[in-house]
Amino acid sequence: MLATLRCMVMRDLTLAMRHRSDVLTTVFFFIIVVSLFPLGVGPEAALLKEMAAGVVWVAALLASMLSLTRLFADDYNDGTLEQLLLVPQPLSLIVLGKVLAHWIISGLPLVVMSPLLGLQFGLEGDELMMLMVTLLLGTPVLSLLGAIGAALTLGLRGGGVLVSLLVLPLYIPVLIFGAGAVTASAAGMGADGHLSLMGAILLLALVLAPWASAAALRISVE
Amino acid sequence: MDKALLEIRELECVRGDKQLFKGLSFSLGAGSLLHVHGPNGSGKTTLLRAIAGLVLQESGEICWNGEQISRQKDEFNRELLYLGHHYGLKFELTGYENLKVFANLSGSDISEHEVEAALMRFGLAHCVELPVKVLSQGQKRRVALARLLLQPSKLWILDEPFVALDAAAVELLLDVIKAHVAAGGMVILTTHQEVAVEVGSLQHLHLGQAQPAQTSQAAVAEQH
Amino acid sequence: MFNLFKYASPASFYPLAGRLAMGFGIASVILLVIGLYMSFFVAPTDYKQGEGYRIMFIHVPAAWMSMLIYVVMACWAAAGMIWHTRLSSMMASSLAPTGAMFTFIALWTGALWGKPMWGAWWVWDARLTSELILLFLYVGFMALESAIDDPRRAARASGLLALVGVINVPIIYYSVQWWNTLHQGSSIKVVDGGVETSMSEIMVWTLLVMTFACWFYTIAVALTRVRSIILERESGASWVKALLQERKS
Repeated sequence: MLATLRCMVMRDLTLAMRHRSDVLTTVFFFIIVVSLFPLGVGPEAALLKEMAAGVVWVAALLASMLSLTRLFADDYNDGTLEQLLLVPQPLSLIVLGKVLAHWIISGLPLVVMSPLLGLQFGLEGDELMMLMVTLLLGTPVLSLLGAIGAALTLGLRGGGVLVSLLVLPLYIPVLIFGAGAVTASAAGMGADGHLSLMGAILLLALVLAPWASAAALRISVE
Repeated sequence: MDKALLEIRELECVRGDKQLFKGLSFSLGAGSLLHVHGPNGSGKTTLLRAIAGLVLQESGEICWNGEQISRQKDEFNRELLYLGHHYGLKFELTGYENLKVFANLSGSDISEHEVEAALMRFGLAHCVELPVKVLSQGQKRRVALARLLLQPSKLWILDEPFVALDAAAVELLLDVIKAHVAAGGMVILTTHQEVAVEVGSLQHLHLGQAQPAQTSQAAVAEQH
Repeated sequence: MFNLFKYASPASFYPLAGRLAMGFGIASVILLVIGLYMSFFVAPTDYKQGEGYRIMFIHVPAAWMSMLIYVVMACWAAAGMIWHTRLSSMMASSLAPTGAMFTFIALWTGALWGKPMWGAWWVWDARLTSELILLFLYVGFMALESAIDDPRRAARASGLLALVGVINVPIIYYSVQWWNTLHQGSSIKVVDGGVETSMSEIMVWTLLVMTFACWFYTIAVALTRVRSIILERESGASWVKALLQERKS
């Protein structure tokens, strides 16, 4: 089982390494979206600091969603996806491998970049830390839930726009708890409750989402 | 033919609003080849994909070893090798990397040497290290076909395997198919090319045209 | 309700659906007339909110229906996935537009009610926000279904989405509620409108009549819609052709 997972992750990472520019696009999209907010609302430090967590989280949502369309589409177009459906392994495990690779490529860079962006908005020490931790817990959920949407819209015209319509409402709890944790810790209220709820959501998504994505893939490949 | 391993009973497939075939029944035992004929749009590819388990049938049963394939996906997939219209290769990866991924996922490991030997057999020397995207159409097809030699599967489902191959490669593939059938394997294939597929136990299945008015009896399996 | 499996085939369900739709349609019109009369003339003026509260008799049933329909839709979708009955997925897709309509009505009347009560057309109140997200879920369902050309794939894909959605609805609902209590300081304090506490008996009856009117309306509309979906998807079947012949002559 672990061998299968490792094989899928390595395969997708190798592929991503041969298309490095795609990875960078996601990260720069994230940075640009975050940087647009001060230009829109003005450079007032207090206001920016209050908005910081929400802005970074919404940008992370959008960036992760942007990279979703490629999650299965390339494999679908060259026929490797149908071959993956036919290997003697549970399809949900294959999906989990792909999602894990997708998170390493598109989620993890966001986590790493986030303190830098937080600094731009005037966040400090603990808040920066909290921002990173929430993104670390939350971005895998984004990839897991997003995989369902990506699988359902596979091969459809306008799939990219459609996937956002399907997936963004499902992202709302992660957004609320993620941004809420940072705000709560900034207000000195402690964010343990938020973090454990995010952990629970992550576990739930980890159990259910690969299964749902596998079912969606079988429907879409037909 | 001792015992039917693959059995199709009363199969009906629908694509969009169109019924492709209905009431299709046949069986296939070890060491035999099924050649599926039919004009474009008669449902050859859909039939092959349904047997592979990629398409859900509208009604009817597809059984392997007496049990429905949908109930034993992993066991059935272990015995199955399906090659469709697409190459099923990642163009950024080398031939070796491509083949190794599928071997690993099927639970076996293959060495670079074995891959090289398999590619050599299909007349592709020195291509192991090249990314697939630099190869020609025919060469890509050969890399895909090399899986036939590398993975021990009982049932081969080949959708138009001769497309893009030159005469020499067609001969090679025919030899490989014959050897597989002679060794007790099973092959289901479609082709539009005039290829003389002659093996021990050969069945023909005609989809479509036979009785144009009624697709229900259009599928006739004849024994040679 | 009725023997599901006997009527699981579209051909035998089609005429039954026609009769049922007619019955429920008439019942809903009668109830609606009674309900509206009660809401405007029988129910007393609220001592706190005056006449404006009367919009509640549309708002509350619509909000209830919008949530209920999503759950019913997901149940039909689940049935369709488990038993592979075509009719179940047709029922799911026939409910979606009505559900979206009720969600929209709930939002709209909520805004109208909010203006005199809170002094703003829109307040980021937990219930309104959840209702808005529910509208997004309905729109996603319908958008996915219409984007897929193959009706079989459309039914299965949108069914799966409905199931994913229904698992998420409680999580979304509670997270929105949590978010709302957390940000209470910055938003307007939402008063309950005195709905549960100070409602007179006649108000409860009016609300019930209106709710049943909405129920029957939903059933009638869904059945009518499922009839046309059946005709569309089964257009090749012999019984549909016979029916059309009959209508022509």
